[in-house]
Amino acid sequence: MLPIDIITELGKAGGYAVFFIIGAGFGIALELAGFGDSRRLAAQFYLKDMTVLKTMFTGILVACLLIFLSSALGLLDFSQLVVNQTFLLPGIVGGLIMGVGFIVGGYCPGTSLVATASFKIDGLFFLVGTIIGAGLFGESLPGFENFWNSSFTDRYLVSDWLGISIGATVFIVTIFALMMFYGAEKVEEFFKNKETGKAMSWKITKRPYLYGAVVLVAIAILVWSIGQPDPIRKWKIMETKYSGQLSSKAVFIHPLEYVKTNYESTIKLITLDLRPNKDFDNFHLSGSENVKLVDFLNAKFVAPLAQLPPQGVVVLLADNDSISIKAWQYLKVQGVVNLYILENGLHNWNSLFADKKIHEKAINLASPPAEVLQLFSKNAYVPKIKIGSKKRSGGLCS
Amino acid sequence: MKRIPKNVKNPYFAGTILGVVLFAAFALTHSGLGASGAISRIQVAITKLFWSSHVDSVGTFASMGAGKSNALDHPSILLLIGTFAGGLISAWLNGRLKIEIYKGSKISNIQRLFFAILGGIIMGYGARFARGCTSGQALSGGAVLSLGSWAFMFSVFIGGYAVAYFVRRLWAD
Repeated sequence: MLPIDIITELGKAGGYAVFFIIGAGFGIALELAGFGDSRRLAAQFYLKDMTVLKTMFTGILVACLLIFLSSALGLLDFSQLVVNQTFLLPGIVGGLIMGVGFIVGGYCPGTSLVATASFKIDGLFFLVGTIIGAGLFGESLPGFENFWNSSFTDRYLVSDWLGISIGATVFIVTIFALMMFYGAEKVEEFFKNKETGKAMSWKITKRPYLYGAVVLVAIAILVWSIGQPDPIRKWKIMETKYSGQLSSKAVFIHPLEYVKTNYESTIKLITLDLRPNKDFDNFHLSGSENVKLVDFLNAKFVAPLAQLPPQGVVVLLADNDSISIKAWQYLKVQGVVNLYILENGLHNWNSLFADKKIHEKAINLASPPAEVLQLFSKNAYVPKIKIGSKKRSGGLCS
Repeated sequence: MKRIPKNVKNPYFAGTILGVVLFAAFALTHSGLGASGAISRIQVAITKLFWSSHVDSVGTFASMGAGKSNALDHPSILLLIGTFAGGLISAWLNGRLKIEIYKGSKISNIQRLFFAILGGIIMGYGARFARGCTSGQALSGGAVLSLGSWAFMFSVFIGGYAVAYFVRRLWAD
């Protein structure tokens, strides 16, 4: 199932080769669009030539439809795609600065590469400028680092912000892009007709464009109607990928490992207790949270768990391991990386700790101290927890 | 062999190729495209050549190339080199491979080069500020519906349009 990690599949050399090929495709597309020419790029900001807008939005729309169509069909796991973190205010300020750089210099980093490759000296100078600018940023950052790290939401989609489904958002994006295209065509027509004196018509005259628009809308409606897979459908699709971890018990941990992990200062432990409310109120591990299985089907509930930093570990426990297993499946397919089940829930808790003493005092069962591990032999349990991380350092931007 | 320059492709066609390449990037690498990350790494690598202790002491530089790590040993560098190669090949095949300076007719070459490097500095600074450039944030982030990316995209257009009037001499014909 997509996405694959090409470096894992082909090793570093093969993986790097694929990155090179993808880059080449990128460079070719930019050059074919004529983006190696600063005059064409700048013309966008004088409304004379709308190539930038048309090409960019087409690229975004096509990729967006491909991504969410393949996700709806169960061919791609969207939770595994890197989504740029949103730092809203710095992003807006940075964008405004970049807009100025764009119109002053006539390029953006990617297009300046293509221009330099086409032997354009202004492209080369621009590229050198970007390297200097990057350096200046690093030097000046300590002065406003707090602002730079402000207004952060990891993996925050337009659909989350609007409170609607991904399918509906894709449809809105499609309509929006098509409206932009229509506007772009008419603006260009307006300026061209100014020179020729021809009258302007509001009709869409180019048949292929009309057909193309219809096709795109049809795909968007298809994506919307199929819908993105919910965790239950996702597990059915992805079962083979993860079931090995369940059957080999690689993700079931012993109470002693739980205690040890709890005291590991480098690990952020989140404990989710799926037992009935009454039992939870009666006794629960300190720091644990009482949840219901149905909560794990709620994307808003799961989001913070899927966005934990690499050292975040989630442990599930329930009266019956089959409940923990279901919860594990739902969380796994929604992108939770370090996910484990406390084997047998709390059933062994009392028998393990109730009659033991540390420094002549009974153990606090809700939060056994780290020293309790010394009361048991080193072989009392097999450590299972391995810290894994899914993101490749936020993509290729930083 | 002198090639007659061919016309550039229809933007919707080029955009479709762009979209397919972008999808391929996501499908094969989990991430979209990007250029500014690699440029930052090149900057760190160059700084390291002349002043390596400085790299270790500046936070964002250190995260890319402190100590023994090689700032250039990163997939984004291969992507950048590939983008360069792709631009070169396409320019060559389409007869657009020529040493020249693109500029508006009202300014001199020197003036153009000055503003090119100035624009680059501003752009490079802004790209780090925004944590990405138009390829990384706008294209890639836009395709996966990241809110920050869409806000960023609008800001780039607003910034450009706001200043365009004041620098119109650079591009006037």
